[in-house]
Amino acid sequence: MRGKIGFFRWFIGFFLLFLYAPAMLLPIFAFNASSIVSFPLTGFTTEWFLVLFTNETLHLAARNSLLIAITTAIFSTLLAVLAARASTRFSFFGRRSIMGFVMLPMVLPEIIIGVSLLVVIIQMGFELSLWSITMGHILICTPFCIAILSSAFMNLDKSLEEASFDLGQTRWNTFWLVIFPLVMPGIVASLLIAFTISLDEFIIAFFLAGTEPTLPVYIWGQLRFPAKLPSLMALGTVLLLVSIGLLLIADYFRRRGIRKTGIENTGGFL
Amino acid sequence: MVGFQKWRRSESAQGLFLISPTLCFALLLLAVPLVMVAALSFWTQDYLTLDRTFTTANYVTAWTEPMYQYLMARSLKISIFVTVATVFLAYPVAYFISFHVAPKRKAMWIFLITIPFWTSYLMRIFLWKVILGYNGVVNGSLMGLGVIEQPLSFILYNQNAVVLTLAHAWVPFAILPIFVALERVDRSLIEAAEDLGDSRLRRFLRVTLPLSMPGVIAATIIVFIPTIGDYVTPRLVGGPNGLMISNMIELQFKKANNAPLGAALAISAMGIVTFFALVFLWMNRKYVRGPS
Repeated sequence: MRGKIGFFRWFIGFFLLFLYAPAMLLPIFAFNASSIVSFPLTGFTTEWFLVLFTNETLHLAARNSLLIAITTAIFSTLLAVLAARASTRFSFFGRRSIMGFVMLPMVLPEIIIGVSLLVVIIQMGFELSLWSITMGHILICTPFCIAILSSAFMNLDKSLEEASFDLGQTRWNTFWLVIFPLVMPGIVASLLIAFTISLDEFIIAFFLAGTEPTLPVYIWGQLRFPAKLPSLMALGTVLLLVSIGLLLIADYFRRRGIRKTGIENTGGFL
Repeated sequence: MVGFQKWRRSESAQGLFLISPTLCFALLLLAVPLVMVAALSFWTQDYLTLDRTFTTANYVTAWTEPMYQYLMARSLKISIFVTVATVFLAYPVAYFISFHVAPKRKAMWIFLITIPFWTSYLMRIFLWKVILGYNGVVNGSLMGLGVIEQPLSFILYNQNAVVLTLAHAWVPFAILPIFVALERVDRSLIEAAEDLGDSRLRRFLRVTLPLSMPGVIAATIIVFIPTIGDYVTPRLVGGPNGLMISNMIELQFKKANNAPLGAALAISAMGIVTFFALVFLWMNRKYVRGPS
């Protein structure tokens, strides 16, 4: 038994090192004084973070990304609430194929989604804009939101709803007074996940970006200039902290939701 | 009319009504665009205008031109390598979390494994370049330890680097379904096998592995299909010999201004991966007997 556990320890150790290698290097180079991103380290500086505060193009890209991410989070969660509620509560004609189709973007290569939306936008004579990116993001985020919300809706006890009907509440009131509070944590988790995915999405944004860049498109442009790399590392560190912060909040809400419905916590996200 | 009224109140109608906005959105932004790409692949680009007469010329080019054949074969090879590497890496980790981690800590471990996935996608790939590069972390540490005298040059700007970077990006997606499948394995079956005298290895091969196959299959599909569409990883760490079909699709749509050929390449690539995925599923059904 010991030998087996020992092997696992080593394997898991190496695996975690492999998994975290890039994420660990990010803050190291962000605080490194040298303007070349490589070892050996030369000293400590916060200069690269200060550069971020004065970069106008970066601020514009960040604003675009935030706008897209917030819109995406709201709309994909709305669409996902409808789909998750429909698929968990009702059995209807073609449920499995409809759900399979709606979840398809999860396994479809992003380049296919990017290309096909580009073709439609150009054929229809629309201009590429932040809206086109938002549409693409809603499409790819919705399946993730459905995955989260389905488990939230599935854990609902149907008798609570029936009790509400028996006590004379309308369908609308039942939804707002009984169902909504119970799935609220799932909704918050879904909003945050969609926001985080959209904020970081590059492939679709790159295909559909018109003249206004999003944050990842801006980063892609800067990767070519070695002099810009240290400040990109600083930017990456900030983004990493924001993502982890949002995910911790999302996870907190997910756990709270699970506690509310009185089921044992067994898994993580997705 | 009465029939319609009755149907309107039925479960089926309520469900369909609820899901209709999501379905319409997906139809408008997924089905319609995919159909248009398919249509485009049968047209011809005539400088700035499109010639809309039906032709299969783009497919003939996509399937006979040696460069495209070569790129397609390489992309497929890389995707298969990435999938195999990812699943082999993911299975022990999922097994460890499911069988050797205390139930209370499992959620934390899953969270731990998904965190690196949320580092900026571009940064992650770029940092692999820093790790594997000529003056990179790996070469630096190996030279510092005195293992090698000259920096290794075969670790960056080739297909190995692409496989490694993609495997890193996809491994959380492979761990999750395998973990879920392992969690569903009834522990008493393993105990029964033990009582009947099976060794640990036999128990694993005859009970745990077959019962967790649905997770392995899901992981394979989840990794294999999207991998073929990545064009950032090959661009950043692949070097000239590591480029994949997606880089060519991107080129055709943007700089080369031949969208119909790009569409034909994209559809061909999708067709090929779907075909391979289906063959894989079929083989699994035939040769590996999972739970029915």
